[in-house]
Amino acid sequence: MLENVWILPALPAVAFVVILFFGKRSPGKGAAFGITAVGASFVGAIVAVVQWVHRVDHAGGSSQSLGKFAQTFLTTATSGSHAVLPVTESVTWWQNGSLKFSAGTYVDGLTVMMLVVVTLISLLVQVYSIAYMRGDRRYTWYYAALSLFTASMLTLVVADNMLLLLVGWELVGLCSFMLIGHWWEEPANSRAAIKAFLTTRTGDIGLMIGVIILFFTVGSFGIGATNLYATSVHARHDLLLAAAICLMIGIIGKSGQFPLHTWLPDAMAGPTPVSALIHAATMVVAGVYLGARVYPVFFNGFSIGHGGVNFMALIGGTTIIIGAALAFVQTDIKKVLAYSTISQLGYMVMALGVGAWTAAVFHLFTHAFFKALLFLGAGSVSHAAGHTFDMREMGGLRKKMPITFWTFIIGSLALAGIFPLAGFWSKDEILVNAGKNGYSAFLVIGLVGAFLTAAYMTRVVWLTFFGEYRGHEHPHESERLITGPLIVLGVLSVVAGFANAAPLGIEKFKEWVQPTFAFPNVHNAAFDYPKAVLSVGLAVVAIGIAAYYYVNRDEMSFFKGLTERSPVAHAGYTFLVNKYYLDDLYENVIVAFISGSLARASYWVNQHIIDGVVNGIGRGATVTANYTYAYLDQRVVDGAVNEIAHETGAAGGELRRVQSGSVQRYALLLFGGVAVLSLALLLTNTI
Amino acid sequence: MHWFDEWALTLAVFVPLAGLAAVLAIPRAQEQAIKITALLTTLVTAGAGIGILIDFNYSHAGRLQFIVNKSWIPTISARYHMGLDGISLPLLLLSMLMTVACVVYSWNHFPEPHNPKAFLALILLLEIGMNGTFVAQDLILFFVFFEVVLLPMFFMIGVWGGPNRQYAAIKFFLFTLFGSALMLVSFLAIFFLSKHQTFQIPQLATLGGAGIARGTQVLVFGGLFLGFAIKVPMFPFHTWLPDAHTEAPTVGSVLLAAILLKLGAYGFIRIALPILPEAARVWAPWIGLLAVIGIIYGALCCLAQSDMKRLIAFSSVSHMGFVMLGIATLTSFGLNAAIFGMVAHGLITGMLFFLAGSVQERYGTREMSRLGGLLNQAPKLGWVLGFCAMASLGLPGLAGFWGEFPSILSSYSPAKLAQGLLNGDPLLTFRIFMVIAAIGTVLAAGYLLMMYQRVAFGSPTAEFERAHIHDINIPEWVAWVPILLLIVALGIYPNLVFHMTNQAVTNVSKVFGG
Repeated sequence: MLENVWILPALPAVAFVVILFFGKRSPGKGAAFGITAVGASFVGAIVAVVQWVHRVDHAGGSSQSLGKFAQTFLTTATSGSHAVLPVTESVTWWQNGSLKFSAGTYVDGLTVMMLVVVTLISLLVQVYSIAYMRGDRRYTWYYAALSLFTASMLTLVVADNMLLLLVGWELVGLCSFMLIGHWWEEPANSRAAIKAFLTTRTGDIGLMIGVIILFFTVGSFGIGATNLYATSVHARHDLLLAAAICLMIGIIGKSGQFPLHTWLPDAMAGPTPVSALIHAATMVVAGVYLGARVYPVFFNGFSIGHGGVNFMALIGGTTIIIGAALAFVQTDIKKVLAYSTISQLGYMVMALGVGAWTAAVFHLFTHAFFKALLFLGAGSVSHAAGHTFDMREMGGLRKKMPITFWTFIIGSLALAGIFPLAGFWSKDEILVNAGKNGYSAFLVIGLVGAFLTAAYMTRVVWLTFFGEYRGHEHPHESERLITGPLIVLGVLSVVAGFANAAPLGIEKFKEWVQPTFAFPNVHNAAFDYPKAVLSVGLAVVAIGIAAYYYVNRDEMSFFKGLTERSPVAHAGYTFLVNKYYLDDLYENVIVAFISGSLARASYWVNQHIIDGVVNGIGRGATVTANYTYAYLDQRVVDGAVNEIAHETGAAGGELRRVQSGSVQRYALLLFGGVAVLSLALLLTNTI
Repeated sequence: MHWFDEWALTLAVFVPLAGLAAVLAIPRAQEQAIKITALLTTLVTAGAGIGILIDFNYSHAGRLQFIVNKSWIPTISARYHMGLDGISLPLLLLSMLMTVACVVYSWNHFPEPHNPKAFLALILLLEIGMNGTFVAQDLILFFVFFEVVLLPMFFMIGVWGGPNRQYAAIKFFLFTLFGSALMLVSFLAIFFLSKHQTFQIPQLATLGGAGIARGTQVLVFGGLFLGFAIKVPMFPFHTWLPDAHTEAPTVGSVLLAAILLKLGAYGFIRIALPILPEAARVWAPWIGLLAVIGIIYGALCCLAQSDMKRLIAFSSVSHMGFVMLGIATLTSFGLNAAIFGMVAHGLITGMLFFLAGSVQERYGTREMSRLGGLLNQAPKLGWVLGFCAMASLGLPGLAGFWGEFPSILSSYSPAKLAQGLLNGDPLLTFRIFMVIAAIGTVLAAGYLLMMYQRVAFGSPTAEFERAHIHDINIPEWVAWVPILLLIVALGIYPNLVFHMTNQAVTNVSKVFGG
């Protein structure tokens, strides 16, 4: 399977085509094809994991299993003999000059981990969607798009070179666009879709240029070659820095990092399962995946090993706080989760920036489960509460939908980082490593983020499930197709963290996922009990404070109407509600300027200046022609001829007056023609 | 297949002439017979193209093949010299494919004042010129074919065009004729100044401007530049294009965008660069500058449009900017990208003009403010439009990407030039171009999605709420499906084109050390 991993994206790709053309007349209106394909891919991913684990456990430092690829590069490899080499396969894709570019697969621990996450969440979401999307006006198309998404995401994951990765990267963006705008009859939805596409594409300018710089630096698009180059002693630091900054801009766009995160909350306009799959668990982590995939470029470019501050850590850290703060002022449950996703993606990016590679990837893994769980839970709630996501119309749902409630609680606790749920292990690892690697400031940011996370999730849980029901429907538990995936994800949110639970001696991510081939020297800090207690303690305190506030809100006169009384609080609240005015800056200033004033000005220049010159020349030529005819030809030339005619006395009377003008001109033309021709002949004959 | 080797290109160029004669011989009333004759003609021509595709020797794609070299007008040393290498091949095939598509599309769509006989005759005449230009290896022959396309397009716009057709037709004709005149002067100059006085392109390319002083080369290149740049069209010589497109009938727009614009860019690669390489080095930064201005400027003008077809016309200015940027780098990357970009733009923008025509036919307007909800009323048409918009904005996995990305890539590392703009470092100059071009991709996404949102998303406006809008019909499917499939196939496996062009392009770029 490791050699033939291309089958994994191929299956859903085939499903996409089949659903597109035969979906409406097929069993399940296309759902059957989609689920079968992604199910098969999931099985394939499991097989790939087993084989990879086998490969790692039986590596033994021999070079017998070297692929073609590795043989080419091993001579230059510095971290040689103990490396477990990735499995690569490729075919020629395009060529230029003497260079042949291949498209192929690159499989290592990171790849197989991602394969499992993507196929599993895709499978669960497709099953969930049978019920959730039932009766939708574009049900079949929805399944086609989901299949295309899975195929594209898997392509991105298995790509062996930056260009193929870029292809997958843009295609998942396309699927995101199509699914956000799934209900395009509403102008708001299509606007959100376009906003998402344009914002991420703005980041892609950076990605594209970064890929180009790397290509000319390394001499190849290959991921293995890139990593080998970046880990070698000959690597040019300045070029790697430039490439890292450019790639980072791509990551900012795709992974919802400040300041390009604004599209992600709007992307919630799409169907909820899409939010769970694309805008929480998989597509938005593509940026983090890119960072992890070519980590040596960032590690060397940003000098991550030296501590202090760097661009990557700074962006990640900022995003944690920016996102978490906005989660407090949302009334829409999906928007809270969206801002939470932004904040958690910030953790992953920050982790990469502080040298905690394994922790970042581990957090990507656990987050996929509990965040997908929370989104699907929100969808279940909305189904029950009359298709609304407004928490003001919820409340008291815990008794009416117990499965949704308990799984949501598990997801929230996992997100808040409460021991021993999944989020605890991964977040704790990020914090410990940040401290250990000399990034103390980011350790503090991480702790503040943990506090905020626990608090806003408490708010969500309270508003949704506790208190009195404030809506006007008759809420009920959702059907099994919906609760089934919730339970699976709930279990995973509990157990996933034990995959890399250091104090228990299980460090499977370090063992199996962390590359040993062409990888910088990162240290994984040992588990640190005081810090673990501190972070869990902060989360518990946050939950306590938030719960106390919401339970006793009515009696706390200090907070009541605080935003009206205190100008400072009011200003802060307004600032948050307006999302730091970033949307205004982008939409009303930048986009409005480009597509409005600047575009109109360009067009004005086009019509009046450039075209004005053209028309002016045309008009000038006409005027000159008229003048030539009226004055030169009729008066001067013809006048002269007439004069001569007159003087010679050969007056032809009336006949001449009628015909002469044209005859003279014919003669003139004829003469001219002969002159040009004879000149040409003269020239050709002199050769 | 010795017979075919010798006759293939003559067939490819002059079968349409035979068809033209046949069409003219059939009485005007027998429309069906005329249509069938025209279709068969283009199919036979395309058949010759497929024969060439099969018979082409790909391991020597850099060499001219299927050569015919016969005496033609000895007094002026012009020869009937045609040949085809990896640069010509994809463009010739594109031209053949799009002509068939246009005849099929026209089947029941003849614009007012109808008259299929004249209309189809003009299309066939156009095909002679287009196919001929891509295979001519003699400057005079090239010039003749290059000019042949003017006449049919002039009449197509002037007779079957929109309300402002006369202005647009005359502007198109005079503007391009002006460029051609200067081009001809340059051709003559090349003839007289070269070491061996000849019009044969391969020989001139081997000479590579030997014997012509550098300063003179630069001047002569200027004439070629104007002739080709007007045809491309490059900023600021583009203003004929939006008017021509806006007024032209659908099929005219398709051929104009898909093929006619390529003649100019092809001229740069086939004639200007190889024959006057020294001058090309001097001009390169300026061509690059105009190219990136075109990318951004074209995109901005797109954003200001309210007419769908005019928007697509301006998008051509922007897209051809990427092609010209690739050419300006004088590298194999850039030239490969340029040819791929031409093929991709031909297919994609050709499709967009077809679609604009179909929208106009159904709604009677192309004003985007009056449209909306196309996805609702004609879902298939809406999806195809969305697909083509995505292809046009350079989505990887579809053809458009492979023209854009390698072009941007190539400008990171252009050929060795004496100096950049403002006496600056040429490397820096082109890297700035690279960033500007990359920004252009975002603007492209902006205007195409804006168009799509206005036309396809949402609900139909009150005006067309009750209108019966029929979805894609049979002739449309037949004309479009091959193009759509190619857009996907080239996007997934770009080597289909690159393995044709690569060797031939390397022949051009090796002079520049790239």
